[in-house]
Amino acid sequence: MIQQPRTVARLVKRLDWTRLGLLTAVLLLASACSAVGWNWDTPMSTVIPKSDFGKVTHDIFMLISWWTLGIFIVVEAALVYACWRFRERPGAPIPKQVHGHTVLEISWTIAFAVVLLIIAIPTIRVIFKTQEAPAATALRVEVHGKQWWWEFRYPQQKITTANELHLPVGQTVSFQLYAPDVIHSFWIPQLGGKRDVVPHRVNHITLTPEVAGEYPGQCAEYCGMSHANMRFRVIVHEPAEFEKWVKAQQAPPVDSPDALAQQGKTLFTQSTCVGCHTINGISAGHIGPDLTHFASRKTFAGSLMNTTPDNLTKWIEDPAHMKPGALMPNLGMKGEQSKALAAYLLSLK
Amino acid sequence: MATHAAFMPGAKVEAPTFWGAVASWLTTVDHKRIGILYGSSAFIFFLIGGIEALIMRLQLARPDNTLVSAQTFNELFTMHGTTMVFLAIMPMSAAFFNYMIPLMIGARDVAFPRLNALSYWIFISGGLFLHVSFLAKAVPDGGWFGYANLTSHQFSPTHSIDFWMLGLQILGISSMLAGFNFLVTIINMRAPGMSLMRMTVFIWMSFVTQFLIVLAFPAITVALILLMFDRFFGTLFYSPAAGGDPLLWQHLFWIFGHPEVYILILPAMGIVSEVLPTFARKPLFGAPVIIYSGITIGFFGFGVWSHHMFSVGMGPVADAAFSITTMLIAVPTGVKILNWLCTLWGGSIRFQVPLYFSLGFIAMFTMGGLSGVMHASPPVDLQQTDTYFVVAHFHYVLFGGSIFGLFSGAYYWWPKITGKLLDERLGKVHFWLMMLGFNVTFFPQHYLGLIGMPRRIYTYAGDLGWNFWNLVSTIGAFTIALSFLVFIYNVIKTTRAGKVASADPWDGRTLEWSIPSPPPIYNFARVPEVQDRDDFWLQKHGDGHGGAPRPRPAPVTAAEIAAIHMPPSSFWPILLALAMAMMISGLLISMYQVIVGGLLTLYLMYKFAMEHHRPADGHGH
Repeated sequence: MIQQPRTVARLVKRLDWTRLGLLTAVLLLASACSAVGWNWDTPMSTVIPKSDFGKVTHDIFMLISWWTLGIFIVVEAALVYACWRFRERPGAPIPKQVHGHTVLEISWTIAFAVVLLIIAIPTIRVIFKTQEAPAATALRVEVHGKQWWWEFRYPQQKITTANELHLPVGQTVSFQLYAPDVIHSFWIPQLGGKRDVVPHRVNHITLTPEVAGEYPGQCAEYCGMSHANMRFRVIVHEPAEFEKWVKAQQAPPVDSPDALAQQGKTLFTQSTCVGCHTINGISAGHIGPDLTHFASRKTFAGSLMNTTPDNLTKWIEDPAHMKPGALMPNLGMKGEQSKALAAYLLSLK
Repeated sequence: MATHAAFMPGAKVEAPTFWGAVASWLTTVDHKRIGILYGSSAFIFFLIGGIEALIMRLQLARPDNTLVSAQTFNELFTMHGTTMVFLAIMPMSAAFFNYMIPLMIGARDVAFPRLNALSYWIFISGGLFLHVSFLAKAVPDGGWFGYANLTSHQFSPTHSIDFWMLGLQILGISSMLAGFNFLVTIINMRAPGMSLMRMTVFIWMSFVTQFLIVLAFPAITVALILLMFDRFFGTLFYSPAAGGDPLLWQHLFWIFGHPEVYILILPAMGIVSEVLPTFARKPLFGAPVIIYSGITIGFFGFGVWSHHMFSVGMGPVADAAFSITTMLIAVPTGVKILNWLCTLWGGSIRFQVPLYFSLGFIAMFTMGGLSGVMHASPPVDLQQTDTYFVVAHFHYVLFGGSIFGLFSGAYYWWPKITGKLLDERLGKVHFWLMMLGFNVTFFPQHYLGLIGMPRRIYTYAGDLGWNFWNLVSTIGAFTIALSFLVFIYNVIKTTRAGKVASADPWDGRTLEWSIPSPPPIYNFARVPEVQDRDDFWLQKHGDGHGGAPRPRPAPVTAAEIAAIHMPPSSFWPILLALAMAMMISGLLISMYQVIVGGLLTLYLMYKFAMEHHRPADGHGH
């Protein structure tokens, strides 16, 4: 418009080499970082889905990502170009006072609406598809989110376990979500999106794991002091392996004849432990996790610690020290006592 | 009116002593002084909230860190969110409403100057009340969203939630008072000739914001009153075991909370809409469309709240409905961005610091808007909600958007407000450091969220692939902090020995540049006649279509100035705010204090109302 045509040589002369150099350096650094540090295949990745539910979600995510990336590049490029092209030049007159362009404005309003329609249609299809009632053949699992650990009950198999969810690959699972205290959110990133666990309301989520493996899960709704420590593990088995696990969990607990373990068993039955914990055939408390097959689980206390004698002893001696705010009281078990209890619990395979 | 101590513009007002000066600030009803008070208080709260963020970033710099405890971390993110939303961004916007609305509509003050002072002092008491919780060792720890039933007496037995709940109520009163005041001001106090469509876009966005404030705050007020009844009087509104519903809180909170997001962003959009035309030396492209878009955003803003709740299990119909409304709201937002781009297009762009921040706004807000489209889709949201992806998203909107916009306004109007120019070089250093720090902090958080890092966790295991980018993010946060040190240095340096600003340092387009910097207490010696949105530009340069510059109005005479009456200062606003704070804080101390504070409040309200009342004997007005 008000600009004079310029030769390339004059253009090059006018460029600000320091700034251009800086910009290039920053861009190079950014791309180097992205090449080095951006590994998508991580334990809690949401972008490499391992279930049907995760996959349909991911498809929409990718659709939106490409569209938004396109718009992003166009807008930012136009911004940079406009800033460079229309920068003030010495002696330039006042630019033409343009107030608007109705056709242009109407057309990009429509363009935006069309892009959003392209996103909205598959979105709505997936919303309805993923919230259909589960098939009758689905494996049922009751999830109970509690401050700050997870209980999993398999009503068809009559199994109760904690912080470790076992599923067979290729089998549709229907989760019923319960919260006895405050709101939590049940989330296994690799298997799909989260669903809140709301007191006095049964929420549902249905999915079919498609790849066997081990996936971390975590509470995703802030639920108080140890929200960060409310984790769990999901193990997706081959069907035969899953059956084996079910059989083992259904079996009555077998403790070790070892003297220390037996001492621990006596302690357990004679102390307040029984008020909160179930060990089939021994106690029937329901406040804390079921310990019938405690030692079969790799982690405990909201999947915070590995199930080792050392960790367990420390936990028994001072739960709140290991997991801030833990609701299990400090029972004053010390030295020999806590070691004995740990030995007993670790014998419950 | 002339019979009592109205301020006479001809007289010297500067208080001679230190305490006189303090008293004049405590009792001021001048919208400009109140604007400065709002701005400086908000900046201090902004620094406090920023320090809280830095501590959180230090804690998250590496896995299994033990710098702060779980409890402290939960307090930090609660106070960071609450502070930034209610005590930093909102009052920073309020600073510009206060200072600029009367100047840009050609008025001498807001409609209710004493009410304006009252809102400020109530705001300060609310902010201080929230922070007293640190001294009382009962710091709010339920998140800025305070989801029931975690906030019930059973799960939060200390006073921490009480401080938060009462603090927000106090701040709500302040926002409502200010909202009504600005609405009345904009509707009634415009200069002759300033029709609604001749108002500048900043005024329009402020106007929409005030509607949002007065319509959205009642929802949170109700929610907080129910919570207060639950906590103090044993009612069970949010108690699931008794048939109450914790989701009721979520609905009420987000019916407020989503419009609140637009309360935070619209003023910044208004500022950008002023800065771009000034520095591109071209009118705002499609100003009516930007105005309609702002109104549409404000209207739709009330119909999208449940997109914060896609994971609670509302069912497919509600999910679909709120998804569609949320996507709809992206249309006017996108339209605005393209209009801003077209404002630059064909201009003659002068690169000065206010423009840098406005360009930063466009570049960063675009990203925040686009990532927002992603979680407008409920299936995608189920993966992204409550992860760092969302943290990244709303920081691109609220920091990349609101804060960049507000600082654009700060640099733009600084010379008008203080009469001094900020240093351009330091301003550019501030901008580039902030831009760099902001992106280094928040861009990696998109990635962290996508690989599963949840929000509000005080610690994380080291084997999840989150370590490196969390460290990078922490380094970015300190870069942002450094940029604000540069800003503070700039302010101190130029206040001591800065260049004196002319009335119109940027070749501005709107009315505020037609009066001296800083403006006299009465703003306009003669109330202007307005003929266009860019009235002052047309006076200087003509309409660009061959029309000659308009003749400058005749000089103002001393007699005209002597005839201006301004409202006198008043100590009732600050006393009334103190009494209210006394009443409300009594809820945590003693019922007697509540009663005494309540009676005092009533008495002071009466005195406040009757201060300028004259019996109807002909002396009144």
